[in-house]
Amino acid sequence: MGMIGQHLLNGLMQGTIYGLVAMGFTIFFGVMNVIKFSHGDVLTLGAFGGLVAVWAANALGLSVPLQFIVALCVAMALTAVVGAGISHFLIMPLRNAPPLNMLLMTMMVGTAIREAIRLFFPNGTNPQRFPELLPAGGFNIGPSFFRTDAIILIIAGAASIGAVYWIINHSKFGLAMRAVAEDTETARVMGIDFGRIIPLTFALGSITAGFAGMIYALYYSEINYSMGLLLAVIGFTAAIVGGLGNIWGAIIGGYLFAGLQTFVVAAMPSMSDYKNVFAFVLIIVLITWRPTGLLAERGSERV
Amino acid sequence: MTPTSRTLARVPVWPLFVAVAFAAVALTALVMIENQKLLGAALVITAAVCFCAARFGGVAATEVAASENPWLLRGLLTLASLAVIFVLRDDNFGLLMLATVLIYATICLGLTVQMGYAGLTNFAAAAFAGTGGYTAAMLGQQGGLPDALVLVCGGLVAVLIGSLLILPVLRTRGHYGALTTMAFGVMFNVFLDANDFFGGPQGLKLPGINLFGWDFTNDIHIFGLMLSSYVNYVILTGILTALAMIFVGLLDRSWIGVWFDVVRLDETAASVFGLKIAYWKVLAFTLGNFLAGLMGAVYAKMTGFIAPANFTFGDSLVMVSIVILGGIGNRWGVLPAALIVVLLPEKLQFIQEYRLIFYAVLVIAILTMRPDGLVARRVRKLHTEASA
Repeated sequence: MGMIGQHLLNGLMQGTIYGLVAMGFTIFFGVMNVIKFSHGDVLTLGAFGGLVAVWAANALGLSVPLQFIVALCVAMALTAVVGAGISHFLIMPLRNAPPLNMLLMTMMVGTAIREAIRLFFPNGTNPQRFPELLPAGGFNIGPSFFRTDAIILIIAGAASIGAVYWIINHSKFGLAMRAVAEDTETARVMGIDFGRIIPLTFALGSITAGFAGMIYALYYSEINYSMGLLLAVIGFTAAIVGGLGNIWGAIIGGYLFAGLQTFVVAAMPSMSDYKNVFAFVLIIVLITWRPTGLLAERGSERV
Repeated sequence: MTPTSRTLARVPVWPLFVAVAFAAVALTALVMIENQKLLGAALVITAAVCFCAARFGGVAATEVAASENPWLLRGLLTLASLAVIFVLRDDNFGLLMLATVLIYATICLGLTVQMGYAGLTNFAAAAFAGTGGYTAAMLGQQGGLPDALVLVCGGLVAVLIGSLLILPVLRTRGHYGALTTMAFGVMFNVFLDANDFFGGPQGLKLPGINLFGWDFTNDIHIFGLMLSSYVNYVILTGILTALAMIFVGLLDRSWIGVWFDVVRLDETAASVFGLKIAYWKVLAFTLGNFLAGLMGAVYAKMTGFIAPANFTFGDSLVMVSIVILGGIGNRWGVLPAALIVVLLPEKLQFIQEYRLIFYAVLVIAILTMRPDGLVARRVRKLHTEASA
C-alpha cells in the first residue's frame, strides 16, 4: 500500500496543473466568451522561455535559487506578453465572428506556436531536459515517500490559484474585469477602458499558463514542444466539466480529471495506458448528465 | 414552373466554359510542375486570375451561368476531370495527391452537413474517418467480403460509433458540444495507440481495392495507352465526391435544408414551430459520419496502410479548417480549400517541413481577412425571380 502516498501526490500535482490551465480558459471565457485554445501552447512557450532563462542565468553564474526566480519571472513575463498580444491583434478584431471561427483561429495560433518551437528551438523536435532547481530529496510517512519539490510545487500552485481568485474578486482590476464580463456596453459607458482591460485579462490568464508550465517543467524535469496540446484538451475539459465561466468549477474539474486518471492507474495498473481514455469516457458521460457543467453558469437564455 | 410574364434575358454561358477550362489547366499545372520557381509563378498567376475574376464580376457571372445550366456544368466538369486524368495518366504521385484531395473534400462535405447546415460542431472528423479505415482493415483480414461492401461497412461502423456520441451531442451546445467530439477524437487516438489488437502505433496493412472483379492495383491499358493504377482511385474518389456533392446539394435545396437552417440558427424558434430538433441533428450527424467513414475506408485501402498517427486531432482540425476556409455551409468552397490545404504543402518543397505552421498562418490570415471563407454562403432564396 506504499503507493497510495505517491498516487495521492501525483494526482494532486496533476490536478494543480490542470486546475491552473482550466482557470485560464475560464478567465478568457468569462470576460470575452471565447475559448482561447492556444492556451496549452502558451504554457509550452512559458516552459521553454523558462528553460532559456535558466541557461542564460547559469551562464552568468547566478546561484540556483536566483536561476529559479529568473526562470519563473521570464516564463510569466513571456506568457503575459504573448497572451496580451494574441488578444490585442487576433481576438479583439474578431470578437464579433462566430464562436467556431474564434475557436479555430486560436487553435491555429496554438499550432503556429507549437510548430515554431519545434522548428526554431535548437533540437526542438526532441524532449528537452529541464534542470532541477528545487531541493531534491524527501521524507517518509509510513511506507509512502513524499518528494519535497512536489510538495513545494503543489503549495505554490494552490497559492497562485488563491492569488488569481483574490485578484478577480477583491482587486480594483478584478472589479473592472467582472464589469466587462457582465455587460461590456455598460462597463464602457461607466468609463472602464475596455481596450486596456481585455489585454490585461488575457495577460493574467496567460500568466497562470506560464506558471503551470514552470510547475510541469520542474516536476517532470522534461519538456517537449507538443506537451501543451494534451494539457489544453484536458484543461478545456476540466473547465467545461466544472462549468465555463466559473473559477471554482475549473479547479474542481482539474482535480476531478486528475483524480480519475490517478484512480485508473492506481486501481488497474495494467490499464494505465488507457487512463486518458477512461477519463474522457467518464467526462463525456458527465457532460451528458449535466450539459452545462457541474456548476452551471447563472442566468437564463436570451431568446 | 409557371410561365412568368417577365422573360429573363438569357445569361451568357461562356464564363462557365472559361472558368472550368481555367480550373482544369491550373489544377494540372499545379500537380505537374516540379520546378519550384515555375510552380511559384503558376501559383501567383492562378491567384491573380482568381482575384481579378472575383474583382471584376467573373465569378458572379460563372455562378449565374452554372445555376442556370446545371447539366452543362456537370458535363463540363466531367469532361475537364477526364482531361486532367488523361494528362496526368502516368504521374503516380500527382494522381495519389488528387485522390487524397478528393477524399478530404468529401469528408468535408459530410462536415458541411453537420457544421454548416445543422450547426453541430464536430472536432472528430478524422477519428470517424479512422473508424472507417480500421473497419476496412479488420474486414480485409477476415477476407471473403466484397470490397464494395467493405467500404460501405466502413461508413456504417463510423455511424454506429458515432451513435454512441449521439446523446451528448444532442444534449450539449456550443463549446460544450465541441468538447464531446474533441474528447472522442483524442480518446480514439489514445485507445488505438495503446491497443495491440489494432496494431498499436505501427498500424495495420491492408490490400488495395478490388471492385466487382476490377483490381485497382493493376495499371489500365486502353487503346494502347498505359494509365497508372492510381487512375482507378482518382476515378472512384471523383465519382464518390460528385455523388456526395449532388446529394448534399439536393439536401440543401430540399425542405430538409431549410429545417437544418432553422435548427442551426435558432433552436428555440425551431421547437416553437414544432420541429423535432433531435431528429434533424441525428440525421445530419449520421450522414456526415457515414461520409467520413466511407472515405476513410477508401483512403486506407488506397495507401494500403493505416495507423493512429494518420487520424489525429490535428487532422480533424485540418478538416474543420477546410470547411471554414471554403466558407462554412458552402459545398463548392470545400474543393478549393481542400486543394490549398492538402496539395500546396505537398508540392511546395520549401514549406514541407514548415507545412503545419504555414497552414496555421494561412488559416489565421483568411479568418482575419475573409471571416466568411473563400466562397461565402449565399442567403437562401425561397422565392422565384418573377415574384421578386
